[in-house]
Amino acid sequence: MKALESEHISSTHARQPSRLRRVVVPVVALAALLAVWELACDTGLVPAFMLPSPLSVARSLFADLSLIAQHSLTTLVEAAYGLVIGVLVGFVFALLMDRFETFYLAFEPLMTVSQTIPTIAIAPLLVLWFGYGLAPKVVLIVLTTFFPVTVSLVSGFRSVDPDMVDLMRTMGASRLQIFRYVKLPAAAEQLFSGLRISATYAIVGAVIAEWLGGTSGLGVYMTRVRKSFSYDKMFASILVISGLSLALMRLVDLLEHVTMPWKRAERSKNHD
Amino acid sequence: MSMGAEQALAAEGLTLSWDGQTLVTRDVSLEVAAGQVVCLVGKSGCGKTTILHALAGLTTPVAGRVLLHGKDVTGKPGSVSYMLQKDLLLPHLTIMDNACLPLVIAGRSKEEARAQAAPLFARFGLEGTERSWPSQLSGGMRQRAAFMRTYLMGNDVVLLDEPFSALDAITRGEMRSWYCQMSHELGLASVVITHDVDEAVLMADRIYVLVGAPAAGVPTTVGTVVTPERPAAGDFSLTEEYLVAKRAVLAALDR
Repeated sequence: MKALESEHISSTHARQPSRLRRVVVPVVALAALLAVWELACDTGLVPAFMLPSPLSVARSLFADLSLIAQHSLTTLVEAAYGLVIGVLVGFVFALLMDRFETFYLAFEPLMTVSQTIPTIAIAPLLVLWFGYGLAPKVVLIVLTTFFPVTVSLVSGFRSVDPDMVDLMRTMGASRLQIFRYVKLPAAAEQLFSGLRISATYAIVGAVIAEWLGGTSGLGVYMTRVRKSFSYDKMFASILVISGLSLALMRLVDLLEHVTMPWKRAERSKNHD
Repeated sequence: MSMGAEQALAAEGLTLSWDGQTLVTRDVSLEVAAGQVVCLVGKSGCGKTTILHALAGLTTPVAGRVLLHGKDVTGKPGSVSYMLQKDLLLPHLTIMDNACLPLVIAGRSKEEARAQAAPLFARFGLEGTERSWPSQLSGGMRQRAAFMRTYLMGNDVVLLDEPFSALDAITRGEMRSWYCQMSHELGLASVVITHDVDEAVLMADRIYVLVGAPAAGVPTTVGTVVTPERPAAGDFSLTEEYLVAKRAVLAALDR
């Protein structure tokens, strides 16, 4: 049965596109899209004040690079604080929910509902409560990033095979040892998927919070260029935001790669 | 029922329940001595695994007790080793660290545990896999690694819940004879659950045939105890004694 399954997996892998194709095809598609866009702008098909051309976006990005870098730094610092605190809060919640059923029953629905509140609506409130500085941004990011971490950890903890826990008990393992050797590693993979979502939320959350009140950061920069109708600069900042989010996601991937060496072995086996 | 002092593990009148109301077993008694293998055979759903859980101390019986070398260990996990059909190796630990797990849990240092486990790799046919991940090993090797971990739990009584049934037929046969030889050499007392009558007759010094249907309100009891007469030499599975034992088990199951 096991052998059959792994054969099945490797045969589907064999039918997957080659690495080269996986890189070339999307790059070509993107280049084509940009070319069409540039052409549409250059020929006057779309007026420049409605949609800046890719080249003008690139030009304004380089022209404003040092300013954008300054604002990016503010956004990154906020995102980092928010993400770290958010992950810690998410961890504590997940531990409590896993350990105490009553806590889970009490807070699981409340937490889910809390995630349906639009961030754009609470951001002004946070500005009212915490001012224009770092605090309201960090709080907003914590509110949006802790949830994916908690959800992924709780489901990871629950994915543990009860037979494995029984086996640990026959070895005389304590609750802490069961957590350390079985539950936490079992949840690691799902934790990283949650963390990847949280990482993107962190940047976007910071930008939204800045947009609604602040003195520095990409959100602030965007409100300023919007007021001067410099949509090329607006697009440039969107590019930077995407870049930062992707970079943060890559960082999470890297962390996963380093902390879960056994996953690499499993993957390379499937690629045989 | 008299209990000889030489018995490594004995269950006396185990009455078990899943929920405190429906009885799974009634008055089940069994015993196993050092170096012996006993098999529990019964139809699925008769509560074999529940009995093993009770022997392992993972469930507390409604009545009866479990004696380990004459000492009452009822409801106390940690004094007998337990192994399942699934190898339950932790995917994030190397084979070495998986094997060392019981030692580390017992408070030994990692170095100390590794030093104790290292010489066993040859005996368990696992040389060169020390630094491999479980996912890199075949099913049979993973199962041997699980045996090694079970052995390093350091108990002389081993409970096995269908330990070979996840393996292919050839590997299963090899593992079975390997286990019997090794457990005899090490003087382990083994209680093995199996649904395979041939496997039970091949392995066991004594077979407890369990009869009952707890789900239908008939608690499981020990129907018959079959003791296969094993000739000193030759292929046991081709002998008349083998068939006699197999017939006795099958007859008891059908009753």
